[in-house]
Amino acid sequence: MTATLGATPTIVLVGHGMVGQRFLEALAERGLTATHRVVVLCEEPRPAYDRVALTSYFSGKTPEDLSMTDMEFIETHGIELFVGDPAETVDREARKVTARSGQVFEYDVLVLATGSYPFVPPVPNKDAEGCFVYRTIEDLLAIEEYAKTRATTGAVVGGGLLGLEAAGALKGLGLTSHIVEFAPRLMPVQVDDGGGAALLRTIEDMGLTVHTGVGTQEIITDESGAVTGMKLSDGSELATDMVVFSAGVRPRDQLARDCGLTVGERGGITVDEQCRTVNDPHVFAIGECALAADGRVYGLVAPGYEQAETAAATIAADEAAFTGADLSTKLKLLGVDVASFGDAHGATADCLDVVYADSRSGVYKKLVIGRDGELLGGILVGDAEAYGTLRALTGSVPPVSPEQLVLPAGSGGGAQLGPSALPDEAVICSCHNVTKGTIRGAVTEHKCTTVPEVKKCTKAGTGCGSCVKVLGQLVNAELEASGVEVDKGLCGCFSQTREELYEIVLALRINTYQQLLDRYGREGARGGDGCEICKPAVASIIASLAPTIGASGYVLEGEQATLQDSNDHFLANLQKNGSYSVVPRIPGGEVTPEGLIVIGEIARDFGLYTKITGGQRIDMFGARVEQLPLIWARLVDAGFESGHAYGKSLRTVKSCVGQTWCRYGVQDSVRMAIDLELRYRGLRSPHKLKSAVSGCQRECAEAQSKDFGVIATANGWNLYVGGNGGATPRHADLLAQDLSDAELIRLIDRFLMFYIRTADRLERTSVWLERIPGGLDHVRDVVVEDSLGICEELESLMADHVANYADEWATTINDPEKLARFVSFVNAPDTPDPVVGFVPERDQIKPDLPLLSIGMRPTENTAEVLEGSAQR
Amino acid sequence: MTLAPEKTDLKIQLKLDGEDWYTVCDLKALLPGRGVAALLPDGRQAALFMDRAGKLYAIDNRDPFGGAAVLSRGLTGTHQGRPFVASPLLKQRFDLETGQCLDDEAVRVARYEVRAH
Repeated sequence: MTATLGATPTIVLVGHGMVGQRFLEALAERGLTATHRVVVLCEEPRPAYDRVALTSYFSGKTPEDLSMTDMEFIETHGIELFVGDPAETVDREARKVTARSGQVFEYDVLVLATGSYPFVPPVPNKDAEGCFVYRTIEDLLAIEEYAKTRATTGAVVGGGLLGLEAAGALKGLGLTSHIVEFAPRLMPVQVDDGGGAALLRTIEDMGLTVHTGVGTQEIITDESGAVTGMKLSDGSELATDMVVFSAGVRPRDQLARDCGLTVGERGGITVDEQCRTVNDPHVFAIGECALAADGRVYGLVAPGYEQAETAAATIAADEAAFTGADLSTKLKLLGVDVASFGDAHGATADCLDVVYADSRSGVYKKLVIGRDGELLGGILVGDAEAYGTLRALTGSVPPVSPEQLVLPAGSGGGAQLGPSALPDEAVICSCHNVTKGTIRGAVTEHKCTTVPEVKKCTKAGTGCGSCVKVLGQLVNAELEASGVEVDKGLCGCFSQTREELYEIVLALRINTYQQLLDRYGREGARGGDGCEICKPAVASIIASLAPTIGASGYVLEGEQATLQDSNDHFLANLQKNGSYSVVPRIPGGEVTPEGLIVIGEIARDFGLYTKITGGQRIDMFGARVEQLPLIWARLVDAGFESGHAYGKSLRTVKSCVGQTWCRYGVQDSVRMAIDLELRYRGLRSPHKLKSAVSGCQRECAEAQSKDFGVIATANGWNLYVGGNGGATPRHADLLAQDLSDAELIRLIDRFLMFYIRTADRLERTSVWLERIPGGLDHVRDVVVEDSLGICEELESLMADHVANYADEWATTINDPEKLARFVSFVNAPDTPDPVVGFVPERDQIKPDLPLLSIGMRPTENTAEVLEGSAQR
Repeated sequence: MTLAPEKTDLKIQLKLDGEDWYTVCDLKALLPGRGVAALLPDGRQAALFMDRAGKLYAIDNRDPFGGAAVLSRGLTGTHQGRPFVASPLLKQRFDLETGQCLDDEAVRVARYEVRAH
């Protein structure tokens, strides 16, 4: 599939739930997002989230935590996602979809993933105030609001999976909770009577009241129309302030019905094994809205994912089929493990049950065994530890007797069957259909050495997560078994770690990449061109040590220019549309009004988008590569210098105003922040470095979230190291207390140089501190006690850096040869890149990226388009 | 893809749609291991590269994943003997001789014949 000129076919996805998102990922994996326009119409106000884990909202997860949509993924693949804008009509003849907003999309392929809606039994007053369903985040928000303000008692209609979750949630909100289930036991679909009884006892022990074998006849309301109770089929009444219906779901197939697609008798859009609708080859249906080829509507996420894969494969003209799926499930309901797999209810002819039940501890285990001793399925309540292994053994004769599999360990008869007993074809992850053999292959052939790597490589464990435990055991077993020697080399070009390369460069004064590669690279890499991993890493080492090893301190000099990542090469930060952002240094966050005016004028004159950064400076976005020298000529002229926002180097040293202004300040934090920022500016390191100085213990500068943070005390300064914000926040550790100015700076010199020397590439101080043997204590020994006797060298390396610092932008704008590189086109230096375009947003600009149509930007409504500075 | 002889006044030329050779720039405008972008007469963009042996390569400049015309600004390297450039956006690698994406077999960018003349 070559991305070339020509009309781009369009795929329209209706519905952005879990299955819809999986479908988008499957499209991307098959390269279809690069060759197709992909439009997604999503009814809910937010993109796909983890509906399976919906209830975890009540245990503190935010809607953002539940999100399954990486907006970067959506943007990277140019997917046009419209939330809060459901498809309203489909014209199959014209192949057009109209959304509620009135937008009309022509499609080549239409995929319906509209999911299901909650079934509400047709009882009187079912829509009364205080009646809810349990399906979306919005439903939960409404339930929470009502429960907190209007209710002390709640009842859930439905004792299935979601009903139990809903009842648990009501209880968690402080309500007295009831469960009303029409069937004679809880979770009638998944478990049998024995399992239901074990579950019932455990749930009643938690303080929930369960009414089984009764139906709801009517919702009783007061004169205002609000719920006060419900009438049950046994004649009794149950007083309750709110009712949550959780009595199953039905396929949402109205859109399909309206456009004449065939639906099943009990709902569901009829599709074939390719998930294509039986009426129209251009239309597919996947997930809970689809009636699969085996005549079933699947309400579990794993089969939905499989359907998503199948549809994507079919669209890519690959062979795939969805012929039916395993309904195995493992859940933790109100803290109770419940699992069922295979033929859980023993529907196979001539099968026999092996049952273990312990009412006292609420454990129930049943295995269904076939005529020839093969395991057909089972139910586990209260202890589902063995689920992963048992499910994978389903269909084969277990290597130990069935009774040994259900008896508890330690009872003399129980056998702990590890995943090593499984055959290679056993499915470990049923969400993504990954076998044990594939997982072993990830370790042996793809060199994965950790569970996260194996998850990334095979996708196993990235669905419901119930197999992660087994996955970990398998990966460890495989690593042990094969005695895999982990290759700790930096990349395919070097077998050494970054730390080892640093030592080589320093000890032997090697100051070019080619010399290092040709002498110390792996056999096959010598004489080659290296790779995108080692080139910037070695460039960073050379830059950190430049004065000491006799290399140029200017990162664009000679060979160094060819090693830098794009950002360092253009001394600016590349943005998604090929434009750059510019950040001048504002040491300590202190800036004069004149300085602010200069920045403002430059941003205005070049039409740049401006934003205040978290590091107390100003970022200007939207500069074309050929504008960078013009912008910097003015910044340098006004006394600004590079902020190194593009480099793996010191970013900023934040500060509070400190003693000078603040009533609480005990030291001059701004002065210290400026001193530190000017001292370490331009220092290349394994990853970016952030710092802050607070003027008192109130810590307004948030120094404890920085790589090195300083907090003033009455007696001097406390130094904290290894802090981090971002995805994995870490509070910094106290390295030393009550330091004088000179002591503080000396200690930071040593700390930073020791980090630069020993950290891995792209390893922040927080991760480094956790990784290095001995951790913080070891670092303290080295940099405070000088246990290795290297402190003098560390200090002298830093002194070299400080003495040789020069602003690289000032150097660049005075070097015509380097300036010549700052063009969009080598053959048309004055022509801006036509792909870089902008549209207005909130009185500024934002990137406008014409995606998936390779070639020139279409000439659009020019009044709408801001062509960067040309607009002015 | 010809080896560039040791001459400095050579020009880099691209073959466009099986027709004539189109002169882009001086050979010395290229640094080994670093790319430049060229605007072609039909509005397309090419990314030109030279490896350390002096061999020239040209592929489409547009990153098919991100959409921006930035492949010329990526880092080059050798992977299993094949020359490649890694996109500066999300680091997907493209074979410089064929335009094939090394991280996604379904994606490929156009390539151009290039010579120093």
